[in-house]
Formats: sequence, structure tokens, C-alpha cells
Amino acid sequence: MKLSRINGLIMRHLYLYKRSVPRLMDIFYWPVMELLLWGFISSFIEKLSLKGFNAVTVLLGAVIFWDFLSQSQRAVSVAFLEEVWEKNFLNIFVTPLRVGEFIASTFILAAIRIVLVGVVMTGIAFFFYHFNLFIFGFTLIPFMLNLLLFGAVLGLFTTAIILRYGSSAQVLAFGFIMLLQPFTAVFYPVSALPPILQKLAYFFPSTYVFEGMRGVIATGGFSYPLFWGGIAANALYAVVITWFFYRMFAYVKRAGKLLKLD
Amino acid sequence: MLPIIEVKNLAKTFGQTPAVRGISFDVYEGEICGLLGPNGAGKTTTIQMILDLITPTSGEIKIFGKEMKHHREAILSRVNFSSPYVSLPGNLTAWENLATFARLYGVRDVRGTIGSLADFFEIRSLLPKMTASLSTGQLTRLNLTKALLNNPKLLLLDEPTSSLDPDIADRTRQMLLKIRDERKVTMLYTSHNMAEVEEICDRVIFIQRGRLKDAGSPAELIAKYGRKDLNDVFLAIARGT
Repeated sequence: MKLSRINGLIMRHLYLYKRSVPRLMDIFYWPVMELLLWGFISSFIEKLSLKGFNAVTVLLGAVIFWDFLSQSQRAVSVAFLEEVWEKNFLNIFVTPLRVGEFIASTFILAAIRIVLVGVVMTGIAFFFYHFNLFIFGFTLIPFMLNLLLFGAVLGLFTTAIILRYGSSAQVLAFGFIMLLQPFTAVFYPVSALPPILQKLAYFFPSTYVFEGMRGVIATGGFSYPLFWGGIAANALYAVVITWFFYRMFAYVKRAGKLLKLD
Repeated sequence: MLPIIEVKNLAKTFGQTPAVRGISFDVYEGEICGLLGPNGAGKTTTIQMILDLITPTSGEIKIFGKEMKHHREAILSRVNFSSPYVSLPGNLTAWENLATFARLYGVRDVRGTIGSLADFFEIRSLLPKMTASLSTGQLTRLNLTKALLNNPKLLLLDEPTSSLDPDIADRTRQMLLKIRDERKVTMLYTSHNMAEVEEICDRVIFIQRGRLKDAGSPAELIAKYGRKDLNDVFLAIARGT
């Protein structure tokens, strides 16, 4: 791994972000709109005074964490799609760049996006709804890292599918994450799901994070089983999907499709 | 002479369709070698296999005496590519594009290298401009600037002067000859402009339907086929007359 090459790809995207309104909107505008919408809904539910349910904390915490996950996934997929849209693969892959360095650069971009989104959303949540994300204290960091990794791995998965099936599959870059939302217990506990879906929910590392977050809110305690469960599930996904990505990359090189992605 | 590219029995089949059928050739240090053939002959597939963008079905490619499949990183750090059909991202400025590729090639003095090459290709004033706003001639010079960022010892040029007017095409050819002479760069060159190939290439390799048909200097081939120029040699080989 050469840092200069990873840095080159990251800078290539940051150059683009700084002047592209749609890309900045993707990072800031939509998450803020989502936060405002859920913030108002939460405030309304709060006024209903449901016993034992702190709507603002539970729902806003979930919205912010969900955005960490979806931004991470999209950062990886869209970084790849930028090269497809600009037909830049040949230029990139005739350099000594390794596939692993390409993946690393997209993961770092995902981390940058999460930090940017986190700062903006945390600020707005505090300013408008007096919701302090830092009630999670240091537990916030492992939660964030878990979501960052899972989102990035999902991004790598959608990228592998786009590599294999071409840009007609690019809708996955924007919609794939939504397939998970009902089953990963973002806004409600796993126990709210039908029994069979409860088992399915624990196949997703994000479920452990959202359950853990609710645990912190409810009891103030950090659940190590949920934390390590998330890490273990994440590690499994990372290994399998990285292997799958390399397989797809080798396939497109064999099939001569690397430069025909448009 | 030292072979820079050694291709042995290189073959590529897509599904049931053979694109390259066991070709072998060498390209030597400091020469400009034309890779010629009609559309669909297998030139692009061959170049993409040399650049490790397509995995060969069989055969061997050595560059600088090393096998691509085992030394990809070391080889590609000394190789570059330019084609008018492969544009740099239009939504970045010329400078941003060059800085990105300088980093990808591990160039130490990014600013200095871009500055001196920009002067060589007379594009310094274009550096702050968006790449999408550049003319075809300007883009060609930008692509060539990108192609020299890593001070390559081997340059693969895919129809570098197509879509250029005769004046700019001639200037580009003179630049390429200057680069070869000053930097001792070996070039593998594809073009459909036979007059250009005759002018610039030391040697040419003809491939047709994935097979190597002939090779030699333009003068040798013109004499061998008894034609007046390389264009007629091309027609003779392509039509089998």
C-alpha cells in the first residue's frame, strides 16, 4: 500500500466535492432535511408523553446513526461511479495503483463524509432539539466505526455488482441500503419484528449497533456482547465481500469489460 | 538492442470469439514501433493486455524483462499511456487532474514536475481551466503531459493525433520525436494514418484477425510488397492482395 496513491484518489474526490453543489447536497442537504423531519416528528411524539419513551433521543439518535451508515455506503459506491461516469478507469488502472489502494481510498472518503455529516447533524440536533449525541460518550466511537465499516463494505458490495453487471446496476448505489432498513431495527427494537425476522436482523452488523444505542439510552450501560457481535458480523462481511469484489474485478479483466463500464 | 516489450504466443478469446491468436513480437529500447491493423484486428486488446487491463487467455508478456503478472506495480510505475479516446475527468481542472495522476504515479515534486511539463507542452495557462472546457488540441497536449508525469521509459500511444487538425497533428508528432530523443522513451504507437506512421515509426507490426501478418521498417515493407507507400502496404495486407 502506498499512501501517496491513496492520497491521490482522495484528493481527486475532494477537488470535486468543493465545487459540486449536488455532491455537497448529498452530504449536507438531504441528511439535514431528514434530521429536521424526524426532529419535528420526535418533538410531536414527545408531547404525547408516552410513558418510558424518550422520542427525541431514540429517534434522532437512530436518524443520525442511520445516516452514518447510508453515507458510508454511498461514499464508496459513488466514488467508484465517479470513475465510471468520467470514463476514467483506464487512466487510473494503468497507473501502479493496486485494487486494495482503490478500496482504501473509498473507505477513507466514507470516513471523511461521516465526520462531516456527524458534525453538521450533531450541531443541528443540539441547536434545534437539545439532543446531545455525546450522551453516548466514548461508546459513540465504536458505534460509529462499526457503522462506517459496515456501510463501506456494503458500498464495496454494490460496487462489485456494478462492476459485474455494468452501470445499469448503478441504482443500487443509491437504493441498496434501503433494503436493509426494515430489518436492521433502526427505529424500533428487534423485538418489534416478527420472530423469523428477528433472527434475520442479527445477520446485519448494524442491528447490533442500533440495539446497543437503544441500550445506552435506556440503561446508560454499554453492551459488550452487542459490540463484539457487531464487530464479528462486520469482520465476516468484510472478508466475504472483499473476496467477492476481487473475484468480480478479476472477472471483468478476463472478460475485457473494465473499460466498457458506462 | 534491449527488448522493452516481449510478447510471446499471446492469445485472448472472449467467450468463443478469438480476438488475439498467439502473436509474438518484441519492441526495443528507444524505438517507436507502430502496431497496425484494420478495425477489429486485435490492436486494442493487445495494448490492453500489455497494460494489464485485460487478462490474457494464454501467452506471456514481459516488460523491462519482467513478467507483468508478477511485477505489475514496478512495471506500471515506468509505463504510461495516452489516447484521445480516453479523456481525463472533465469536472476537474487541468492542474487537479495532473496533480491526481502525479500522486498516483508517486511523483515526489508534484508542482515542479507539472510546471516543467506544462512549459514543455505550452499548457501552463490552461492549468486553472476546467478540463471539459479545453479544445481537442489542448486536451491532446494535456493527455501527453499526463503521460510524461512519471518520466516513463515506455509510452503506449493510441491514435494520439486522430481528430487533430494537420498543424496540431504535426506539432504533436514533432513533440513525440523530441520526447523520444531527449528522454529515450520507447513508444508503441497505433494509428490509421499511414503517412504519419511512415514519418514517425522506426518499425511497424501488422496484425490482422488477431494474427501477426508482417513486421519491419516502413521502408522494408514498402519494398517487400512493391508498393509506393505504407498506405498501399496496409491495403495489400488488409485485403490480402
